Order: sequence, then structure tokens, then C-alpha cells
Amino acid sequence: MADVQGLVNDFATKLSKRKVEGSRETARMTAELLRTVISQQKMTSSTNHAAVLIDAVRGVGGRLIDANPVELAVGNIVRRVLYIIREEELSLQAGELTLSSQDSDREIDEEDDKLFLSSAATYQRILHPPSLATLLGSKTDTPPACHPSASRNHDIEGKADKSPSSLTLKRHIMEAVNDLIEDIKTCHEQIADQAVELIHQNEVVLTLGHSRTVKKFLCAAKEKKRSFQVVVAEGAPKYLGHVLAKGLAAKGLQTTMIADSSVFAMISRVNMVVVGVRAVLANGGVIAPVGINMVALAARKHAVPFVVVAGTYKLCPLYPNNPEVLLNDMRCPSELLSFGEFSDCIDFSIGSEAPLLHVLNPAFDYVPPELVSLFVTDTGGHTPSFIYRLISEFYSADDLALQQKLLPESEHSNSI
Amino acid sequence: MGTQKKNASRGSEDPVELARVPLQAILLADSFTTKFRPITLERPKVLLPLVNVPMINYTLAWLESAGVEEVFVFCCAHSKQVIDYLESSEWFSQPNFTVTTIESHNSVSAGDALRLIYERNVINGDFVLISGDTVSNMSLTQVLQEHKERRKKDSNAVMTVVIKRSKPSQITHQSRLGTDELFVAIDPNTKQLLYYEDKADHAKGSIYLDKLLLADNPSITLHNDKQDCYIDICSPEVLSLFTDNFDYQHLRRHFLKGLLVDDIMGYKIFTHEIHSSYAARIDNFRSYDTISKDIIQRWTYPLVPDVKFFGNSSIKLERQGMYRASEIGQSRSAQIGPFTVIGSGTKIGNTTKISNSVIGEGCSIGSNVSIEGSYIWDNVTIEDGCKLRHAIACDGVIVKSGAVLEPGVVLSFKVVVGQQFIVPSYSKVSLLQQPIKQDSDEELEYADSSGGIAEISSITHTVDKLNGEITNQPFETQCWPTSELGTGGAGYVWSICEGGHDEEWRHSVAPIPADKLSEAIHAADDDLELTQDGRSLPPSGELKPDSNDSEYDDDGESRDDSIYFGKEVEATFLRAVHENITVDHVILEVNSLRLSYNKVAADCAGDLFYSLMKLALETPQDSASELVQATTNVLAKWKKLLKYYLAEIDEEIEVILKLEEICESTKEFAPVFDKILYQLYDLEVIQEEAILRWDDEKKDADESDKVFVKQAEKFIQWLREASEEDEEEDEE
Repeated sequence: MADVQGLVNDFATKLSKRKVEGSRETARMTAELLRTVISQQKMTSSTNHAAVLIDAVRGVGGRLIDANPVELAVGNIVRRVLYIIREEELSLQAGELTLSSQDSDREIDEEDDKLFLSSAATYQRILHPPSLATLLGSKTDTPPACHPSASRNHDIEGKADKSPSSLTLKRHIMEAVNDLIEDIKTCHEQIADQAVELIHQNEVVLTLGHSRTVKKFLCAAKEKKRSFQVVVAEGAPKYLGHVLAKGLAAKGLQTTMIADSSVFAMISRVNMVVVGVRAVLANGGVIAPVGINMVALAARKHAVPFVVVAGTYKLCPLYPNNPEVLLNDMRCPSELLSFGEFSDCIDFSIGSEAPLLHVLNPAFDYVPPELVSLFVTDTGGHTPSFIYRLISEFYSADDLALQQKLLPESEHSNSI
Repeated sequence: MGTQKKNASRGSEDPVELARVPLQAILLADSFTTKFRPITLERPKVLLPLVNVPMINYTLAWLESAGVEEVFVFCCAHSKQVIDYLESSEWFSQPNFTVTTIESHNSVSAGDALRLIYERNVINGDFVLISGDTVSNMSLTQVLQEHKERRKKDSNAVMTVVIKRSKPSQITHQSRLGTDELFVAIDPNTKQLLYYEDKADHAKGSIYLDKLLLADNPSITLHNDKQDCYIDICSPEVLSLFTDNFDYQHLRRHFLKGLLVDDIMGYKIFTHEIHSSYAARIDNFRSYDTISKDIIQRWTYPLVPDVKFFGNSSIKLERQGMYRASEIGQSRSAQIGPFTVIGSGTKIGNTTKISNSVIGEGCSIGSNVSIEGSYIWDNVTIEDGCKLRHAIACDGVIVKSGAVLEPGVVLSFKVVVGQQFIVPSYSKVSLLQQPIKQDSDEELEYADSSGGIAEISSITHTVDKLNGEITNQPFETQCWPTSELGTGGAGYVWSICEGGHDEEWRHSVAPIPADKLSEAIHAADDDLELTQDGRSLPPSGELKPDSNDSEYDDDGESRDDSIYFGKEVEATFLRAVHENITVDHVILEVNSLRLSYNKVAADCAGDLFYSLMKLALETPQDSASELVQATTNVLAKWKKLLKYYLAEIDEEIEVILKLEEICESTKEFAPVFDKILYQLYDLEVIQEEAILRWDDEKKDADESDKVFVKQAEKFIQWLREASEEDEEEDEE
């Protein structure tokens, strides 16, 4: 337990110091950490194993989200895991229900046939009719690992953690979380598989900045013998577009590099815009690297389809409330200009106390759902208006508010 | 525990050239200066909050993120507080990051500290030497690699100094951090540091480079736009150098310059310039202000308030650089301006205005308060109607209603400012009395006796005693001198020591006042002249063309001066006339002009009189009599102004001479000289004695000079008779 705590602390510090970058990496690490948390969680009380797990995951999740509230992938994964726990519990219960009903049917048959039933057992069954565990436990041919009285008598706590239902629950959850991790790892391929249906021969595709999903998507189309052109906007101030352009050219794609400011001039020649994003919000809006809102507006002006490629782990069940500020990360001004060059402009000793030169460097843009034409996820293509359906598929409504602080953002309204 | 084991195992292996030596750092948690007094009498500088987080956390967080694995924190003054703080924080329990404290009670300088660390024998490789008040986000990878590569080639490269580009102000000759302008000479190819001068004498206006320096190095770049970040990568030899040269105290002044000048054992120092990352050290109140603002402007990302880099409570960044904690009580009518940080638990009253400030945790701020560019630490109470501009208020300060803190005020812990009291600019207030022995910063740094320490310990003693007193008895019963901080106030206003007074504005949190700036501009002009013709001249004004004046002879110089002075006085006077400025203010302005041009009252009187006459001439008139009338009116109106400069007879004579001059040059006035003279006498601007003495002086003059004497002959005659009559009457 102690080493789990250590791992959690370690990851939380990494998150808070912005040492983990990229939503995919963060999602994968979060999922792996939660898997460890679940596997190490002791099942002390047999009352409700799922509740124990949910509490544990919630506790860890809350800390992780607190460490970097801007990184939405952490919250997404925590909610996904919580949903998995809830689902597994439900399906287990459902399975037990069907199983137990079969059992009781069979038992009744057996009773009829053999008339070997002890009166005590019958008495107990009548006394505790609603408890599924008791029904299971009273079965004559129970597995040896389980002592029949353990599940019946709740006061024997020590042996309760070995109860089969907690083990199966845990095993099922672990399997599902492993699937989730696998999904996060492979979602690129799933998305890329759809590329060939979306990119047509001799088309011009525009993208901004660097996204691994976009790169895989474009390369997949190229591998399927599609011949098309890619225009890459460089993506100031990080200029990751340069990296993407290099990578695409290395793969044999015809690539054109442009400055961010010439996107509007270029857009009329473009057939489709494909971008990667950081998070997809519940209303179908997206949080994307800075500059993409401009591209989206240009695309709308020229009626160019604006396609967002994103793995489902980027799907966030929150609605945007002041996303430009609250879901943004203001980064270091030195990415924009050199401190030494401007040091005399930000000398506070002369003149008024307020510096005359301010540098703003937001990391993200919010693109409203109206500007997005299509989402391509690992579960297929969806329109922005369909996102809410996806959300109900992956998340439980009970988990939307992980912390008290996270949701009521309207509490301290901005006085602008 | 783990590291000790590692240490042991490392000791057994060959210490030279090991595959991986954990990176070590020495953090000096004591600046060995007194620049932050009186605050540092009660709390060590490294624990002072910088944007609501103790400074040492910035340094430690940076060291940790830069990959340093073992930090030795050297504590000296208030070592108990530093150790207690570190113990209560989580720094001792970080994975892959060990913090060890080294305590000393008799170190008075960085040199002593390094000698002590050398004795402990804990450093076994290259280490980072840093002081606990440094804020940085630079990456150490590159500089360490450069340092190691240099060491491989040349084992004499013992130290790499991190520098950053930052232009000093041309006017005040200090960097934006409030430190003196730094001149460094660097070999552009090898980046070797060849010359380092941070105490250049600006009065002299020149720096001296050794000729050998130029002979030995084919090319040298000389910079004045570099800022020393006080982050050094040192080899273990540095420690032994300090031990060998036991007189080394100060890192820069003694060690660095010593190595550069004395060329000890051929040891070399190199520089590493950082470009995109940030590094700065808090040296004085000005750098406290500048670095706080840099943090708020996010130059230090990720060490910014809304990122929990270490143990700080969660704060959210809103529009326009406004940082607010989630649990604050803010009135709807309160206006929080841009670039403001407000800590959790703080309450802000109605129509209060806050801009460019940092407010700590748990403060309560009343209504109608205006706070501008100030630093309010934790649990401060500011009552209604207070005005704070560019002030620092430490923990527990109470500012009672209506009090005003003027720019540059520093209130130390738990000071109480009385109602309606105005704390004058740059005053430093503390509950502790100013130590009688005025240790200047220099002395303390140089001190080789333990005098400084004894003083410190005695002070801490008094702190404890004082705290005891405060807790024991309620505030009211303590008898504070009411005059010092108003009624109900508590604290001593520290007197600013001699010599330090005029420098106070340089290092204050407040921006440099405009008059100091213009003074500095004047001084700069003086410097320029001094360097141009190499002799001392009277200070001259800003209007002076600065390129040609060295060609003028002395006479021309002073004549020039007079002309400009006259013009200035005239302009001032005309402005007064047009803008209805009161006489008192005109006098003030003319006085300041007189001082800056180094003139006497007679010059002022003459030039003022000239302006008056010119004004009279400009009023429309047809005849000579009307001109006289206009002159009389003007004279009557501005008599008081003129009279101010006519304390002596000589000055009055000067006025008459000026009148003569005017009449000579303007034909309108020429015929009415005697009438104006009479008016001057009549208005009591000029006494008869002055006229008589003027007459006497003119007796030996040329005939051409006597034109006006003759014109006024009758008047003078009358005066002589009158005075004789007076004398007779007196005799009777």
C-alpha cells in the first residue's frame, strides 16, 4: 500500500510540475497507475467491494486532477475506470442473479429428487431471502476456497477478502482496465484505418502543429496508395509543424510548409482540414493547440470540412465554462520573445509600476462545436451533436463531479 | 538514508571519473548582507514569501527539477527557523532528492560557509553553488555538459558562471534588479571570463582593462548588458581555494575577482549565457519587486502561482494575469486590477481597489482601500480608507483606518500604524529598535571578527523577548512613542544611516521617482562633460548641446550657461503668468533652477526682472506713459516674487543694472528709465540705498555708460536730499 502511495505521489508531482506532457502519455500513465491502485487495494470489508474500489480510485483521481487541473485526460481516465468498476459490479450482480436463479431451480430439483436437505439450511434461506451471497453460499457444492459460513456471517472479517465475488470483480475490472490501456495504445491505428475512406485522390489536406494521431492518419492514407498533398501550418510559438512536415516528407508525402498567418490565404485550395486536439468536451467543442480556432474559422468561411481526429480517451464529460481561461495553460513568455532583448521594456524601476509590455502565451484554443464538421475516433466517425451519446457510453453520470471544486466554476464568476 | 549508503559505497571506489556521480548543490540559506533589514532581523531572508511562497522553495524546486540529487543547505542566521521550516515542509521526504542542512553559528560570509563545507568533506564532484534566494527555470544539462567537457580538456577550468542578457538602465546605471551595472569581458570563442567589475565608478566614467589582457587574448568582447545570475557550476577545487585563501569572503568581490586578477595557479572561470530561460537573484527590495512581477508575468514558468510546484495552495489564473485563490471573500464592488495575486482566506471590502500587488493569505482588507504595487504578506489587517503605494507589509501588520503608506515603505512583522497616520516614503518600521552599531553591508561582509554574529544573536534574543512581551500583555498597555506611528501605533521608525540616504530610492520597491531620474540625467550630462574636457565644471542643464561645448572657453561656457538660465527663468515665469501659478510655487521652481545651474540670488533677480519687463512690453500700449503704467502694474503684481530674491543690496543693484541693460537694448524703455526707476522705488522693490550706491559706482564710468545716470539725475538728487534730511532728523 505504501509503495502505491509513493507511486501516486510521484505521478502527482510529475503532473503538477508539468513534467508529463501530451494527453496520450498522461492517459496511459494514469490508467496504469489506477490499475496498480486497484490491484493493491485490500478488500477488507465484504459489504460492497465495488464501493471500496470506487472510493480508492476517486481518492487517487482527485489528487491527480488537483495536481494539474488543466490536463483533462487524467479526469477522463479516472472516470472511465470508475465506470468500468460500476459496470463490472452490475454485470457481476446480473450474472449472479441469473446464476443463482438457475442454481435455485436446480437445487429445487435436487431437493425434490434427493430430499437430503438439512432443515437448518432451509430455515436460513427463508430468513435471508434477498441476499444473493447467502443463496450462493448455501449451495452444497461450493468451491473449497470459500467457507460457506464466511459469506453468511459478516462479522468474520478476516476471511472475507478471499470471497470469490471480490476476486472475480477485481479480475474483471483488471481485465477491463487492461483493455482500456490497450485501447489508448492502439487508438491511433483504429483512427488511421478510417483515413482511406476520408481522404480522396489528389486532395489537399491542411493541418496545424504536430499531432501524432494526425501523422498516423495521413501516413495510413499514403500507405493505402492514396496520392494527396498536405499543407502544414507551423504552429507558433512551438513550431511543432516543422517536426510534422519533416516526418511526412520522410514518408514520401507531398508536403507544403506555411506560416500560421497564411492559413486564410491557403484555405481556399484545401479540401479538408485534419487536426489533432487535446480534449473533446461534452458539447462537441474542442480544446486544441493555439491557432486551431483560427483555422476552424477559415475553414468555415470557405466551407472546408474541419475534421478532428481524437482517441476516445480525450472525450471529456465536462461542459465548457469560460474555457479560454479555465481550461487553458498560460505558458512562459520567453517562448515568444527573448527576455534579454526586451529587458528594458519590462524594467519596473522607471515610470509607472505597471509594465508596458505584456506577453501572453496561451497554450490552447477553444473551438466551438459549430465549427467542427466531424470527429474521427477509434469508435468511428461522429458529428459534434453526437458526442453527448458517446459520453453516456463511456462515463457514469455519478462520476461527472469528481471533486467538489471541479464543477462549480461559476462560483467565482469573473468580474471583467 | 539511501544516500548515505551511496556515499559510503562511492567512497570506496575510485572517486575520479566515475560513470555517474549524483549531482550535488550547495545552497546558501543566508545572504550575509543586511539589505533586507529590518525584516531579516526576525526572519531569515530565504523564508520571506515571494508571491506567497517562501523563497527557498523556488530554489529547491528548481534544483530538484534540474536534476540535482543532493542539496546541502547551509544555514547561519536564524538557522533554527530555516531547519524548522524545512522539517515541516516535505523537502526531506522527496524521492531522489536529499536535502541536508549544515548549521553554523560563526560564519559571517560565503567564504566561511564554503570553508566549513570543505571541512565536512561532503562534496565529491562538480556542484552547483547557489544562494537560497535565486529564482530560475533554466536547465542544467547543457551548462554541466559544457563544464565537464572543458574540465576534460583543461583541469584549470574550475567554475562556470551563468549569465543572462539584461540591459541596465542608461540613466541610473543599475540593472532592473537594482544591482549596479556590471561590466564583463569575455573571450568570444572560449567563453572564458576575463574581467568582472560590478562596482564601476560612474563618476569617473571609465573602466580600466589590463593591457596584458589585450595582449594575451586576440579578441575580447566587453559587455555591460549581462546580468550575473549567481548560479555557479563549481569543481571541488573551488572549495579548497577558499580554504587556501582564508581571506576570501565574498564570492564575487574576493573569489572571482581574485582569480581573475591574481591569476592563482592559472585557474580559469568560464561563462554560460542562458537565453530563453530565466534566472535572477533577489538581492534587494527592488529585485524583490522585479522578480515578483516576473513571476506574475510567468517568465519563471513553471514556477508560477497557479502551478503547484511546491506546497503552495491552489490558485487560479484568470483574465489579465489575475491570480485568485478559491476561498476568498471579495466584495462585488471591489476592483481587482491586473497582475494581482490574492491568497486564500483573504477578505476584501467594498470599493477597494487593488492593482499590481500581491496579497497573502488570511488578510483582511477594509473598504475604500487603495493598494497599488504593494506586497502584503499573511494575516495583515488593513482598515477602511487606507492608501498603500509600493509598500511591503510583513505578517501580522495592522494598518489602522485612514493611514497612508507612501512609496517605498517597509513595515516589518506585527507593526501597527495608527489612524490617519502618514508613513513617509522609504521609511522602515520595525517593532525592534535599530541596532545602535550601524553595520553597513560592506562592514559585515568584510568583518573577520564575530562582531556581526554577536549582534545578530543579541537581536534574536530581543526578538524572543519582544515576542514574549507581545503575547504576555495586550498591545494597548505597551507604551510606544505615539509620535512615531500615530496614536495606537506600535513600532520604531528606523533612521536611515548616513550615506545610505540618497541611495535608498535605488533599491526600494517603489519605482524611481521622476525627480531622481532627471537628477540622474543631469548627473549623466555632467559625467559626459567631465570625460570630455577632464576638468571640473559647474553642473549644467539638460538644454546644453552636449557635442560642442568642450570647445568653448571658460568664459563662453559660463555665458552660455547664463543665457540658458535666463531663458529657463523666463519660461518658468511666463508659465506662471499664463497658468496662474501662485508666487510660492514660482519661487520653488526658480530655486530649483538656480540650484541646478549653480546661480546666485542676484542672477535670479536679474532674470526675473528682465522677464517682468518683457511681459510689460508685450502688453499693448500707445504712449510712453502707458508703457510706464503697464510696467507698474506688472511690477506691482509680481513684487513679492521679485522681492524674494532681493535680500541684499547687491541684488537690488543687479536689478538696476539689468534695467539699464534693458533700456539700452529696447528703444521703448529708453526714454522712461527714470520713471521706472521711480516706480521701483515707490513699490519698495528697491531701496534708496541701492540707487545711491549704483550712482556712486557709476561715477567713474565712461561717459557713454552714464546716459541713464544722467537721466535719473533729478530723482537721485531728490533721494540724496531726502536721505540727508532723514539723517538730520535722526541726529536730532
